[in-house]
Amino acid sequence: MSDKGIKSAITIRDLSFAYDTQAVLTDVNLSVRPFDSICVVGPNGGGKSTLIKLIVGLLQPDSGTVRIFGEKPESGRGRMGYVPQYARYDPQFPISVFEVVCMGRLGGSLTGKFSTDDKDHAMDALTEIGLSALANRPFSEISGGQRQRVLIARALASQGDILILDEPTANIDHESEQHFFDLLAELNQRMTILMVTHEVGFASTFFKRIACVNTKVVIHPTSALTGDLIHEMYGGDLQMIRHDHCCGVEGHQHD
Amino acid sequence: MTDFFLAVMDPNLPFFRYALLTGLFASIPFGVIGTFVVVRKISYIAGAIAHCVLGGIGLGLYLEKAVGITWFGPMQGAVLVALLAAVILALVSRHARQREDSVIGALWAVGMATGLLFIAKTPGYVDPMSYLFGNILLVSQSDFLFVLVLDVVVVVLVWLFYNSFLAVCFDEEFARLRGVKTGWIYLLLLCLAALTIVLLVRVVGIVMVIALLTIPASIAGNFSKNILQMMLFSTSLCALFVVLGLGISYDLDLPSGPVIIIIAAIVYLLVLLGGKLRKKFAVVPK
Repeated sequence: MSDKGIKSAITIRDLSFAYDTQAVLTDVNLSVRPFDSICVVGPNGGGKSTLIKLIVGLLQPDSGTVRIFGEKPESGRGRMGYVPQYARYDPQFPISVFEVVCMGRLGGSLTGKFSTDDKDHAMDALTEIGLSALANRPFSEISGGQRQRVLIARALASQGDILILDEPTANIDHESEQHFFDLLAELNQRMTILMVTHEVGFASTFFKRIACVNTKVVIHPTSALTGDLIHEMYGGDLQMIRHDHCCGVEGHQHD
Repeated sequence: MTDFFLAVMDPNLPFFRYALLTGLFASIPFGVIGTFVVVRKISYIAGAIAHCVLGGIGLGLYLEKAVGITWFGPMQGAVLVALLAAVILALVSRHARQREDSVIGALWAVGMATGLLFIAKTPGYVDPMSYLFGNILLVSQSDFLFVLVLDVVVVVLVWLFYNSFLAVCFDEEFARLRGVKTGWIYLLLLCLAALTIVLLVRVVGIVMVIALLTIPASIAGNFSKNILQMMLFSTSLCALFVVLGLGISYDLDLPSGPVIIIIAAIVYLLVLLGGKLRKKFAVVPK
């Protein structure tokens, strides 16, 4: 990596954000080192997705700053690969798997024409996630787990240093999920990974750190994620967290 | 149907040839832009632009006949107002967010109201019905040339910006993160839609514009693996509907616009039913 001097891939300082008058995030401080893997968990409506949108620059903070390798999100965008939830796509949209992955190469030219180089990178990304055989298949005809991986390939095609994933494990089966975490572990060798989820159960097996978001953001190292801490974080036992997702309901105490 | 083809060949009936050629060549922008309108789900916006066109036509008639500006007629007015509506709608989608549909509805009605006011103040009798429902048999040589120019503009721009249009329709947020100027690309798309609609108004009229812009593309969407296929297929379907509609309306002595629409709608219905039946009785491959 060319950023030996910069110690932080993502830096958030004193950030606050509100939709109209409703505060979503207040006084957020977060620093993600290169090659870190961090899992953002928290209740629905707690500000997870808003945090992601602020990081990638789709939203502007009301106060505070976001820096990507020391730059503003708008200029650091090229270094982030963003993987949104696949479920939000129109299932009838006629588009091939390869065309979806190619979108990761947009932004290179004014009109959006792809060079041979762009297409090669797209194909490489598809090969890396092991779905090159599906390149010409319609995106709508492959399984949910495969679609999720195609969206990761699209993010990889941009050749960023940070991979940001929004609820990637929603609606995928257990086997695909296992496959998915093997892939993430592999990618973590060369990329910083930030993932949003509301299921915390598996997080400790892969992620180095957990960021708990509920208006405020509190970071925990996963090594400290013992039963006691989980109990303290969520006010319930692990089974309850996984299946009922009660974060914040019975008191969300961190300190 | 044979009578119709004899009429097309008749050297004394040039308007039939213009109607047929205009219909065929107009199918290109309808199929291409219609595809984007369908996959981006903006047929309501296309509807608003279409109805605003009446405001432009009224303005053109008024300036031409009441004020005496000879170079500004209904066609110029329609193009001007359609593009203006496209710009307003692009701005609205960017800034109004949840209120977008209300603003579209208001623009829709205000466009029509303005048109009717201008027409009321234009000397001589102007029948708004001819604009609302169109008449392809009235197209002139200059209309036909306009269609050819639009064909070139649409094909060249879509060829150039194909990937950007595709990205804005499929995942605008991601495209924006990749540095695509999604606001401008969306505006360009709406402007192309606006020009196509002005043209369509001549063929089937304001009220039925949406049908011809969206029905062929919707049918094509059921059989297409990608956007390019969908464009080619919906262009062919649109051409087929225009030819069949003209032929049948000639034979049965019916207005051509509604006949074109009804044919398109029947095919759409059959395709939807066929899809349902195929699903129901399909042998599930193991």
